[in-house]
Amino acid sequence: MEWETVIGLEIHVQLATKSKIFSGSSTAYGAAPNTQASAIDLGMPGVLPVLNEDAVRMAVKFGLAIGAKIAPRSVFARKNYFYPDLPKGYQISQYELPVVEHGVLDIDLEDGSTKRIGVTRAHLEEDAGKSLHEDFEGMTGIDLNRAGTPLLEIVSEPDLRSAKEAVAYMKKMHSLVRYLEISDGNMQEGSFRCDANVSVRPKGQKEFGTRAEIKNLNSFRFVERAINYEVERQIDLLESGGTVVQETRLYDAQKNETRSMRTKEEANDYRYFPDPDLLPLDIEPAFIDAVRETLPELPDEKRDRFMKEYELPAYDAGVLTASRELAAFYEHVVQESGRQGKLSANWVMGDLLGALNKAGLDITESPVTPQMLGGMLKRIQDNTISGKIAKDVFEAMWNGEGEADEIIEKRGLKQVTDTGAIEAMIDEVIAANPQQVEQYKAGKDKLMGFFVGQVMKASKGKANPAQVNELLKQKLG
Amino acid sequence: MSLGPAEVKNIAHLARLDIDESLIPDYAKNLSDILAFVEQMNAHATEGVEPMAHPLDMSQRLRPDEVTERDQRELFQRIAPATEAGLYLVPKVIE
Repeated sequence: MEWETVIGLEIHVQLATKSKIFSGSSTAYGAAPNTQASAIDLGMPGVLPVLNEDAVRMAVKFGLAIGAKIAPRSVFARKNYFYPDLPKGYQISQYELPVVEHGVLDIDLEDGSTKRIGVTRAHLEEDAGKSLHEDFEGMTGIDLNRAGTPLLEIVSEPDLRSAKEAVAYMKKMHSLVRYLEISDGNMQEGSFRCDANVSVRPKGQKEFGTRAEIKNLNSFRFVERAINYEVERQIDLLESGGTVVQETRLYDAQKNETRSMRTKEEANDYRYFPDPDLLPLDIEPAFIDAVRETLPELPDEKRDRFMKEYELPAYDAGVLTASRELAAFYEHVVQESGRQGKLSANWVMGDLLGALNKAGLDITESPVTPQMLGGMLKRIQDNTISGKIAKDVFEAMWNGEGEADEIIEKRGLKQVTDTGAIEAMIDEVIAANPQQVEQYKAGKDKLMGFFVGQVMKASKGKANPAQVNELLKQKLG
Repeated sequence: MSLGPAEVKNIAHLARLDIDESLIPDYAKNLSDILAFVEQMNAHATEGVEPMAHPLDMSQRLRPDEVTERDQRELFQRIAPATEAGLYLVPKVIE
């Protein structure tokens, strides 16, 4: 039988506020345990939560970016469960009335088409603390620094049909929250993590199959692997006459498998109810308008503009706009290079990203600045150096030997465009290779490449290849 | 709506309350009475009335995003039964 996979994702995004969602504690990562946990975060009696304005602003910004409805009134609710890293015995979240509803996100598929994925809702909530199980004999250590950190939980419609689509959606969302500057998106630190609801159904069937929820996936690779494993597992189960049970499963990256955590019967009964400590959140149109003013150019808009303005293919534009920093770097290079869109794209995507990747550096840490790269491209454009020599110049710039002009000058890399000088070299090559000349004249056209190579070698790569070609043809008749 | 012994036990479990088996019928009656009290609301036509999320008809005040709390770990951990290396220690829990 042919099966269809149905996936919905819940993404938890840590918002980039300075202080927590309901208290004035710092949210900075990496502090000594429990030094950023105040009486409010600890759930001490008699304290009251007060909502962080910037957390609301960021949620609204996100909602506007995905064309969603911003609720004029939303409500905070208590989600009740017991766990030691949740000091109050409940998590403050939003349930029936979330702040953001009904948005969309367009993802790019491998075949070049785009697909629109529905975003059901996004709501504000607080994070829990961290449990450390390893280091204490028979005990668990609790660090509550993270407790109360603002999260935006983004819930998609079950519109995704493969692990690849799920990853494309997650990557797009990751790029978006970073564009919006509402999260640093740091996955190692847990700022961007996701749960996947996965089910399968016979192709053509309308009703959804029974789903399993895979918890806490914190890398793009794990999302893809965990979903693929889970889909296989469910299909095998159904094809051997079994049934899928609704349950929560954990992904074990080491073994590359998912395993049951709890079934529906054991599922937590969260007993949501409106939090009496917090009044309803009213968002005025003026507040929304003010946030709209702060929206940057979004990834899709930027990509379309790059295609038009710099005449880039869709692929290049997509790669260069994947992050705001990379896009800015590229545009700066274009400017410095005398507006050479495609040449700049080739160098940024090829040599620069390759070198950064190899060195494990971010675009913002590039030793070659946009000025330096753009300056070098100018020299390619005005024929001072060839594209081949430029590779050496780039490497020298990367190694801190200075700007392109300096390096060209110091190393004498200036391209030879003097016809007389090139002709002299050609004459030498012809004189030194009488056999090849004869063969060429007898019709072995392929040898042209050999001659060009010899002349380039004689010029130490500095002769202008186009000129060499032309002059050779003349000389060899 | 009235509650039976199984429901009372479930509610007690959810609230992590250790209740005396012999008192279950009493709890069942008391809780059922509370539900019956609230049930009276159903006698009123509430169609078209927007439910209130809070008894006060006001909206949430927002605070500026500023760090105002200082580290008081030592003070808070003075009342904790067990701490080590700045962490609160609890009986081992692994889900």
